Amino acid sequence: MTILVYLIPVALLLGGLGLSGFLWALRSGQYEDLDGAAERILIDRDERPER
Amino acid sequence: MSCCAPGAETALDLESSISVLPSSQEVRLASRSLGGDLHQTDLSVPTVHCAACIQSIERALGKLDRVEGVRVNLSTKRVAIRWRGNEVPPFVAALGRLGYEAHLFEPETGEKDKTLSELIRAVGVAGFAAGNIMLLSMSVWSGAEGATRDLFHWVSALIAIPALAFAGGIYFRSAWNALRHGRMNMDVPIAVGVSLAYAMSLYETINHGDHAYFDASVSLLFFLLIGRTLDHVMRERARTAVNGLSRLAARGAIVLRDDGTRDYRPVGEIEPGMQLLIAAGERIPVDGKVIRGSSDLDCSLVSGESTPRTVATGETVQAGTHNLTGPLTVEATAAAKDSFLAEMVRLMEAAEGGRAHYRRIADRVSALYAPVVHLTAFLSFLGWMAATGDWHRAVTNAIAVLIITCPCALGLAVPIVQVVAAKRLFESGVMVKDGSAMERLAAIDTAVFDKTGTLTLGQPRLVNASSVDPAMLAIAAEMAAHSRHPHSNAIATFAGFAGQPKLEAVSEHPGFGIEATARGSTWRLGRRGWAGWKARTGGESRYGGTVLTKDGIIVASFVFKDALRPDARAAIEQLNNARVSVEMLSGDTGAACGEVATTLGIHHFVPALLPSGKVKYIESLAKDGHKVLMVGDGLNDTPALGAAHVSIAPATAADVGRKAADFVFLHESLSAVSLALDVSRKAGQLIRQNIAIAIVYNAIAVPIAILGQVTPLIAAIAMSASSLLVIGNASRLQGFVPDVTRRTAPPDSRSHTGTLTQPS
Repeated sequence: MTILVYLIPVALLLGGLGLSGFLWALRSGQYEDLDGAAERILIDRDERPER
Repeated sequence: MSCCAPGAETALDLESSISVLPSSQEVRLASRSLGGDLHQTDLSVPTVHCAACIQSIERALGKLDRVEGVRVNLSTKRVAIRWRGNEVPPFVAALGRLGYEAHLFEPETGEKDKTLSELIRAVGVAGFAAGNIMLLSMSVWSGAEGATRDLFHWVSALIAIPALAFAGGIYFRSAWNALRHGRMNMDVPIAVGVSLAYAMSLYETINHGDHAYFDASVSLLFFLLIGRTLDHVMRERARTAVNGLSRLAARGAIVLRDDGTRDYRPVGEIEPGMQLLIAAGERIPVDGKVIRGSSDLDCSLVSGESTPRTVATGETVQAGTHNLTGPLTVEATAAAKDSFLAEMVRLMEAAEGGRAHYRRIADRVSALYAPVVHLTAFLSFLGWMAATGDWHRAVTNAIAVLIITCPCALGLAVPIVQVVAAKRLFESGVMVKDGSAMERLAAIDTAVFDKTGTLTLGQPRLVNASSVDPAMLAIAAEMAAHSRHPHSNAIATFAGFAGQPKLEAVSEHPGFGIEATARGSTWRLGRRGWAGWKARTGGESRYGGTVLTKDGIIVASFVFKDALRPDARAAIEQLNNARVSVEMLSGDTGAACGEVATTLGIHHFVPALLPSGKVKYIESLAKDGHKVLMVGDGLNDTPALGAAHVSIAPATAADVGRKAADFVFLHESLSAVSLALDVSRKAGQLIRQNIAIAIVYNAIAVPIAILGQVTPLIAAIAMSASSLLVIGNASRLQGFVPDVTRRTAPPDSRSHTGTLTQPS
């Protein structure tokens, strides 16, 4: 029984973490161009200023 | 240049010949300021569709002067360009060089994005809450008791609060809106059921009861929100695709001031009496009178006439026509709000008939459903009160009835089918504005077509190319490439033979033709009377009489026909087979209409109609009890599109027409019309099946609830099962092969294309 006292908050916290991650992704515009994101991974970065 | 830019297969393979690059003033007018001298311009680029496209566009535009940043959005097929300074960087031309056609579109408010992100946020919150509460409920169902159960119930109640407040708010607001206006919609029983379930569960929790329905109320919201979000995404997608098409109305014009200065003004600021310079290739923004210059005007979108009209000084021109060959100076005779275009919009709004009165299936069902459900719950409360006198038990059972009948399946039954159907149509290049359009289309019994631009392509094709000397044809094509006249465009497609003499001094004579010199002789391509000045054969032939002459002697003559849209005949046959009577209305002459009608097998047509005449005709059909589908593209069809029960426009239609139509098809082929009808009818069938499923489910579940045998476990299983059943049934539409493709073999379908003579 006592185990519930911290297991439930832990479960909720992890779930809440996932939810806030989702809301953050939504707010930062990551869902605005889903098709583009899928294609952009194929683009080679040609300018490499660091090297 | 990327792999796929020019001429590649895309969802939006439009005729590009009629579109014109927007001028830099027009781009400037359409861009918005981001503060300082930073501006942002959004362009629609329909042909972008892979990583290479993204890369080449972003790299090429990023290299331009004063461009700060470029971002391609592949989902909406748009490019956002941020730039500095007063001068617009030449990004439209740069895109053109890469092989991408760019269009400006209406700068829009950020409102639609807000709704979508609110919905997605609500889905996220409801999903989180439903998952966690279900987890806790599982342990209650598997035997948690006493203090543990109470703890789980309390935690569930806490999680449910934000979900109800945030995700449920959408339903509460909508239900309140409906009730306040004395209407009933599907959201009313949802709101009542969800909030009562929560209230009762809270009461039970406080009193250490066995059963709490927190999981039911939250997972219900979750399921329904998914349906609602999908529905919204579908409509948004169609809307952006339609908005991304090229704008066919002028955004502004160059105004010539009395002191000789010129400046570019938006259409709204043009007043009668102003002098406007209209270059070849631009659209005429307002009604006016030509005071200098002569040219050919393409009136096909305005009057339905497919042959360009020659205008000279003193003649009047209508807003929306397209200036093809020569520059004109026009004196405005009406402001934009009094022009032909605005008049069409007014006529359309006045005609808004069938659809305003249409009530969606879901609303009609819920208008019946909600009172029945609420009455059943009330009766079972009275029944239990009478039978046992135990008011707690009576209330519990009455609320159980509300929860079990909460229209989860019913709420999903209609939108889920329409989302799948819209996706199916989207893949075939047909955009659906909203779900009710499909319901209305499924009910039609009469289809009315416009002629020019709808049944035909509205663009002449050269039909005697094989009988013209190839060398002459090559010269003609070379000359024709210098003109925008539709006949020139038709000839220019035959270019590509090597060895023709090099042309010098090419000049266009508006209203007559093109003149060029090559190796000392003068070549002319154009009207017979002008080009063949030495020929004695007077009198223009019926077919426009376009000839090629060398030093005044006719060396080749060309015959044009307005080609029918591919599959026009097949599409009309299919409509006839689907027991829809097909008619044709046109602003064109009787002879021209008759020819099209016989070629296509249309038995009834009315020629030479004014825009208001088309509306009257459709209204009289509607009065006789017919449900009319209007298919049209021109400005003159716009009021009729509004008056009809449901309407379809091709992507090449005038802007207002495209906005007014319920469906927009992007491909040339007219088979889109019969496809849309087939899919809509099939969708209607599936919707009725789904509603039947939901009703059967209720018929089984309600007696159990009335008898007081429903536990939260049973409620959860029953609700999920019925929702899954409805979704499964809807997805059968995904694999649906419509009759259209079954009957006509795709590779040969173009051979059905007939041609017909174009009126001259």
